[in-house]
Amino acid sequence: MALILNEEQQSLKDIARDFLEKNAPITHFREIRDTANETGYSQELWKEMSELGWAGILVSEDYGGFDFGMMGMGGILEETGKTLTPSPLFSTAVLGASLLEMAGDDTQKSNYLPRLVSGELTTAFALEEGSHHNPTNITTSAKKDRDNFVINGKKTFVIDGHSADLIIVAARTKGDEDDPNGISLFCVDSNNKNLKVIKQSMVDSRNCAEIELKNVTVSKNDLLGDLHNAYSVIENVLDVARVAIAAEMLGNSSKAFEITLDYLKERKQFGVLIGSFQALKHRAAEMYSEIELTKSAVVSAMNAIDEKSNDTARLSSLCKFKACETSHLVSNESVQMHGGVGVTDEYDVGLFLKRSRVAEQVFGNADYHVDRYATLSEY
Amino acid sequence: MTDLQTFREETRNWLEANCPPEMRKPGDVCWGGRNPQFSHPDQEIWLERMGDKGWTCPTWPSEYGGGGLSKEENKILQEEMSAIGARSPLGSFGIWMLGPALLEFATEEQKKEHLPGIVKGKYWWCQGYSEPGSGSDLASLSTKAIEDGDNYVINGQKIWTSYADRADKIFCLVRTGPQEPKHDGISFLLIDMDQPGVTTRPITLISGKSPFCETFFDDATAPKKDLVGGLNKGWTVAKRLLEHERTMISNMGLAGGGDGSGSKKMSGLAKVSKQYVGEDADKKIANPSLRSKVAKHEMNSRAFGLTLQRIGEETKVGAPSPAAAMSKYYGTEHNKLRYELLLEAMGSKALGWEGEGFTPEELAITRDWLRTKANSIEGGTSEVQLNVISKRVLGLPD
Ligand SMILES: Cc1cc2nc3c(=O)[nH]c(=O)nc-3n(C[C@H](O)[C@H](O)[C@H](O)COP(=O)(O)OP(=O)(O)OC[C@H]3O[C@@H](n4cnc5c(N)ncnc54)[C@H](O)[C@@H]3O)c2cc1C
Ligand SMILES: Cc1cc2nc3c(=O)[nH]c(=O)nc-3n(C[C@H](O)[C@H](O)[C@H](O)COP(=O)(O)OP(=O)(O)OC[C@H]3O[C@@H](n4cnc5c(N)ncnc54)[C@H](O)[C@@H]3O)c2cc1C
Repeated sequence: MALILNEEQQSLKDIARDFLEKNAPITHFREIRDTANETGYSQELWKEMSELGWAGILVSEDYGGFDFGMMGMGGILEETGKTLTPSPLFSTAVLGASLLEMAGDDTQKSNYLPRLVSGELTTAFALEEGSHHNPTNITTSAKKDRDNFVINGKKTFVIDGHSADLIIVAARTKGDEDDPNGISLFCVDSNNKNLKVIKQSMVDSRNCAEIELKNVTVSKNDLLGDLHNAYSVIENVLDVARVAIAAEMLGNSSKAFEITLDYLKERKQFGVLIGSFQALKHRAAEMYSEIELTKSAVVSAMNAIDEKSNDTARLSSLCKFKACETSHLVSNESVQMHGGVGVTDEYDVGLFLKRSRVAEQVFGNADYHVDRYATLSEY
Repeated sequence: MTDLQTFREETRNWLEANCPPEMRKPGDVCWGGRNPQFSHPDQEIWLERMGDKGWTCPTWPSEYGGGGLSKEENKILQEEMSAIGARSPLGSFGIWMLGPALLEFATEEQKKEHLPGIVKGKYWWCQGYSEPGSGSDLASLSTKAIEDGDNYVINGQKIWTSYADRADKIFCLVRTGPQEPKHDGISFLLIDMDQPGVTTRPITLISGKSPFCETFFDDATAPKKDLVGGLNKGWTVAKRLLEHERTMISNMGLAGGGDGSGSKKMSGLAKVSKQYVGEDADKKIANPSLRSKVAKHEMNSRAFGLTLQRIGEETKVGAPSPAAAMSKYYGTEHNKLRYELLLEAMGSKALGWEGEGFTPEELAITRDWLRTKANSIEGGTSEVQLNVISKRVLGLPD
C-alpha cells in the first residue's frame, strides 16, 4: 500500500497550492462572504479550476476526464482546506462525478460528464433528510407514473444545492424508512418548477440548501442506476466523499495549526514568547501527533479507493473519524491559544473553527464512523 | 524475473530449508549472551543459522557480519518470515540500540570488534544511562570515568538498568569532563560487566517481576579504545541512541494492537470484550459504551500503525525516524489505554494476582497491565517526549 504521494500526484498538489495561494487565499473567501455572493463561490475561479482539469480528476477518459484518482483529488482538496476556498469541487467533481460514473448509463454519462469536466455543469447530491447523517433514512418518495416518476419529499443540508444545475435525488421507490432496499437515484434539473430551493445560511458561509420536492416529475430516463437498488452505489460514493472531505479537513487542521504555531512564536506575555509555556507546548505536541495520524489515515483511504481495496469502507470511516476528531481538537485549541484575538472576526482561526464543525457533520461525524467501523469489523 | 523477485524466491527456499519447525510457532525470543538460555534446542540452531547469514541484523553491512540487505530486500525477508510464522531469531538492546549508534559513530576498529558479536548474539548488552539523581535530566549524570594509563577507572551508580544481572556488557554514559558544561563533559563508554568492580542489585516492579537493577561501579575499568564517538562527545551518541530506543519502544506498543493492515477483522480487544460482557442480537459487544471505546481504540491503533508504516517509507534505512518522539509518546500512551480497556472489559477477572480462580491468561493480563505503566517512563517519559516534539519538531522557544 502506497502511503506517500507519487511524483505526479505530488506535483498536482504543489500546483494546486501555488494556484490557490495566488488566486484564492483566505482573503478571497472573506470577500465572497462579505459581498454575500449569490452563488457562494466565484464562478470565474471555478472556470479556472476546471481549466486546470480539477473537475475531471475522478472522471474516466471516455467521458473527457483524466482518471487521475483519489490520490490526486485528495491532494487538491487538502490544499483547498488550507485556503478555505469555496468552490463546487466537492459537490460536483467528487459527488456528482462519482454518482454519474458509478450509477449512470452511457447516455447519462455522455450527456452530463463532459460538461461537468469542462466546468459548465455543476451538481448537488440531495440525500439527507434529518439533522444527522443517515443514508437509509429516506422518506422522500418516487412513484412510478407510466413513463415518469413523481417525487415528493424534503431534503436538507444539500451542499451547493441552491447553485447546482443538476440535483441528484435519493428517493424511496419501495420499502419502509430505514430500509436500505428500495432506494433509487434520480437526475432532477434544478430548473424544474416544482422544486423549491431554499438557501441555508450556514455558520461557515458555504452553501447548503433545503430542497422541497412537490410532485416533481422526471422521465424514466432520469433514473440513475438500478431501480430500488441504489444503496450500494450510494455507500460507495459516500465512501469516496468521506475521504474527500477528510482530506479537506486535514488541510484545515494543518493550516490552523500552522497559524497557531506562528502565533506562539510571536506573541509575548510575561516578558517571554507564549510558545515557551509548557502548558501550551504539550498541547501543541499532541495536536501534531493527531495530525500525523490523520495524515496516514487519509492517504491510506485515498489509496484504498484507487486500488479498489475490499477494506475501503473501513478505511473511509477511519479517516473521517480521525479527521473529525483532529479538526475538532485543533480548531478549538487554535482559538484558545490566540487568547482574545482568537474570538475576533479579524483573525482567521475562527473561520477554521466554523468550517471544521460543518465539515464534521458532512456524511457522518466521529460517532457515526466509530459505530460503523465496529459494525463492519463484526463487533 | 526482477532481482527482488529472485531474492524473494531464494529467501523463501532458504527459510523453508533452514527454519526449524519449533521456530515456526509463537514463543519466546532468545537474547543470546555468553551464557545463552535456549527454551528449545531448535532456538539455538535457528540463531546460529540466521546469525551466519547476518539476518539477525538484516540491513547492517556485511563487513560487520550483517545481512547487507537493502530496505526493499529486508521488507521481503520480513514478509517471508511472517508468512511461515518464523520467530525472530534474536532480540537485544545491541540490535535495536547500540548497533545503530555504533554504525554511525564508532571507528572502523570498534565496529569490527563489537558489531559481529551483536549479530551472532555472543554478548548481552545493557544500557547504563539513568542514575538516582539523573532521570529525565539525564545530562546531569555524575558517574565518573578517570584516565589511568590505557584504561578508564569508573566510579558511581546507575539505576533502572534493565537486565543488568544477566548482561555481559554495558554501554554507559560517564562523566569525563567534570569542569565542562554538563552536555559537553559526557562520554559514551563500553564496559565489561564481568569484573569485580561491577555489582548489581535487582529491583522489584509493581508487576512483581524484577527485570532491572541498580548497577554499582567501584573502581571498575574499561580500555580507552572502547570509548565511542570521542572524549566528551558522548551526548551526541547518547541522544541518537535514544531515538533508536524510542522507535523500538513505539513499535512494541503495536504488538498487541493492530498493525495498520487491519487484516484480521475482529481484534483481540473486541474478542475479549465479547467474551466477558457478551454480545447482543446483532453480534455487537453488549455494552455500548465499552463497544464505542474499543472501536475508537482499534481505529487509533490502525491509524498509528499506518503512521509508523508511512514514516518507515519516508525514512532512510538505519536512520532514526524524525518522528521517533511522537511515535514513542503516542505508542506507549495508546498501549496503556489498551490495557485499561482490557481491565474494563474483563472486570474483576483481570484483577487476580496469583493462584486459583483465574486462568493463566487472566493473571498474565493483570501483570502486563502493570508493566505497561512503565512504557511511558522508560526511554524518556511522555512529558519528555512532548518537550522533544515541541522543541525539535515544532521549533517552539525554550
Ligand atoms: C469576549 C471578551 C470580552 C472581554 N472583555 C474585557 C473587558 O471588558 N475589559 C478588559 O479589560 N478586558 C476584556 N477582555 C480581555 C481578556 O481579559 C483577555 O483577552 C484575557 O485576559 C487574555 O489575554 P489576551 O487576549 O491578551 O491573551 P494572551 O494573554 O496573549 O494569551 C494567549 C494564549 O496564551 C496563554 N497564556 C498566556 N500566558 C500564559 C502562561 N503564563 N502560561 C500558560 N499559558 C499562557 C493564554 O491562556 C492564551 O491561550 C475580554 C476578552 C474577551 C474575549
Ligand atoms: C521498565 C523500565 C526500564 C528501564 N530501563 C532502563 C535501562 O535499561 N537503562 C537506563 O539507563 N534507564 C532505564 N530506565 C530508566 C528511565 O529511562 C527513567 O526512569 C526515565 O528516564 C525517567 O527518569 P526518572 O525515573 O528519574 O523520573 P524523573 O525524571 O524524576 O521524572 C518524574 C516525573 O517528572 C516529569 N518530568 C521530569 N522532567 C520534566 C520536564 N522537563 N518537563 C515536564 N515533566 C518532567 C516526568 O515526566 C515524570 O512524570 C528504565 C525505566 C523503566 C521504568
